[in-house]
Amino acid sequence: MRVLPPLLRRKPAVAVLMCVPLFALILGLVAYPFFHALFLATLNKAETAFVGLDNFTFLFGRQTFWMVVRQSLLFALVAVVFKALIGLAAAHAINTIPTKGQRKWRGMMLIPWVIPPALSTLGWWWLFEPTYSAINWGLTKFAMPAVPWLSDTFWARFSIILVNVWVGAPFFLIMYLAALKSIPGELYEAAEMDGAGPWQKFFYITLPMIRNIIAITTLFSIIVTLANFDIVRVLTQGGPLNTTHLFATYAFRVGIESGDIPLGASVSLFMFPMLAILAFIILRNVRRRAASLA
Amino acid sequence: MTAIPFKTAPSLRSNRRWALIAAYACLGIFVVFFLFPPYYMLVTSLKTNAEIAELASNPWIVTDGVTFGHYEHLLTESSFPRFFLNTTIVTVIVVAITMVISVLAAYSLARLRFWGSGVLATGVFLTYLVPDTLLFIPLFKIVGWLGLLDTYWSLVLVYPTLTVPFCTWIMIGYFGSIPRELDEAALIDGANHLQMLLKVFIPVALPGLIAATIFAFTVAWANFLYPLAYIYSESEMVLTVGTVTTLIKGDVFHWGGLMAGALLAAAPPVILYAFLMDYYIAGLTSGATKG
Repeated sequence: MRVLPPLLRRKPAVAVLMCVPLFALILGLVAYPFFHALFLATLNKAETAFVGLDNFTFLFGRQTFWMVVRQSLLFALVAVVFKALIGLAAAHAINTIPTKGQRKWRGMMLIPWVIPPALSTLGWWWLFEPTYSAINWGLTKFAMPAVPWLSDTFWARFSIILVNVWVGAPFFLIMYLAALKSIPGELYEAAEMDGAGPWQKFFYITLPMIRNIIAITTLFSIIVTLANFDIVRVLTQGGPLNTTHLFATYAFRVGIESGDIPLGASVSLFMFPMLAILAFIILRNVRRRAASLA
Repeated sequence: MTAIPFKTAPSLRSNRRWALIAAYACLGIFVVFFLFPPYYMLVTSLKTNAEIAELASNPWIVTDGVTFGHYEHLLTESSFPRFFLNTTIVTVIVVAITMVISVLAAYSLARLRFWGSGVLATGVFLTYLVPDTLLFIPLFKIVGWLGLLDTYWSLVLVYPTLTVPFCTWIMIGYFGSIPRELDEAALIDGANHLQMLLKVFIPVALPGLIAATIFAFTVAWANFLYPLAYIYSESEMVLTVGTVTTLIKGDVFHWGGLMAGALLAAAPPVILYAFLMDYYIAGLTSGATKG
């Protein structure tokens, strides 16, 4: 441990002072709202009486709520798997071509991730429009049947996952590409000398070297995907018949649109245990990685 | 024995050539997948209403002449310029608040130790993992108590909860990587904390600062949930919500205007990335992987 220069050692007051705005923000606009959400969840719709856990027992008795739970989990898992696979394939492809052209390809593929999702989803909404769907125009040109993208439960769920994969895959691409670049080239050269083919190189060098990044990126993406709002809100508003609602869109419907703030807060809070577990695992991963680097 | 080098050398080379061909094929498919929706938005925004409404022609190209009418209408006869102005005001203020809070805190957390600083750094990371959809309902009450409901100042209040944690986190990483010899030299020259921060830390960590600024800008520009929940008057709306909710009303074939609005609203972040992508990616990947 180094001896700190006198100025730094002498003035903890300055150090604390510099953190006050950050501390106030976390305390006032994150921690306090969280506890207030717990309090709200125990009130009746008019917020006049304490009802204990009635909001939760009400939700547990509703089929719609269980459908939201199932749909959120299905959506998050399927979307994250495809985002991870497409991101990895794209990153690997970029890393294979000559360095000169890499920046251009990467730039083009990042565009979906740069456009605000609520706005790009509008474009998808228009692509899925029942009468004018340009995708269906293409499908019928190749003698395939038109697809009821947003009016059929299966296809509506499919469409939402498709758009989420489209928006989110570039994030994986960036993270994986950075990880691939950090693998020393000598490892591959040595493997080639030993006669390793491309698949062997991938499974015995690439994957083990970037395992940690894959884990952190995937966990992080599960949080973001589970908490998604924009895509479902713009594309289906939860329909048909509430079958595409996620926690966030259902909480918005119940809490803001129907004006039952306590019930909406309860739905949102339902995400918390899942997020807490994921956050705990990420934190452990990040710390372990930091320790291994130090 | 001598046959081996002659045999492996060409096979290695052909292996590489096939890998290259496969890579380009893959990239071609992905680029089509990633770019066809914005392409189609652009094509739609340039078509006349008559062509958008008509079903016979190929929807993927403009056949009936390019028109800028949708853009003109948007900029002169709709609330779109108002949304743009509101978004710009909110974003600029949020970015400024974010950078002040996170640079001060990151300097303190990276260099000065005090009781509880480790816990606070972990807290910052955990706050970064809190999504906007978890707390929007209690924040709705708080925004209401403060009398900010239905004004864009509500967004100025709540957006920093999304931007500050990550910006602080990456600034801690950048500040932490500055060699301590540099502060010692500055201290010997008699610099105080403020001078050290302004003259040494900020210039040296400028790439990190740029990355954090872009992050804050993107989040503030793109958020959809908070303005949808807290703002109802057209005069207070920002681009995301204004485009999605107000441009849809009106005549049946609003698609041209809608696509033009979405593209114009998305232009500032896209242009920013075109110039500063490398900084942002460096900041993002270091922030997520560094301890």
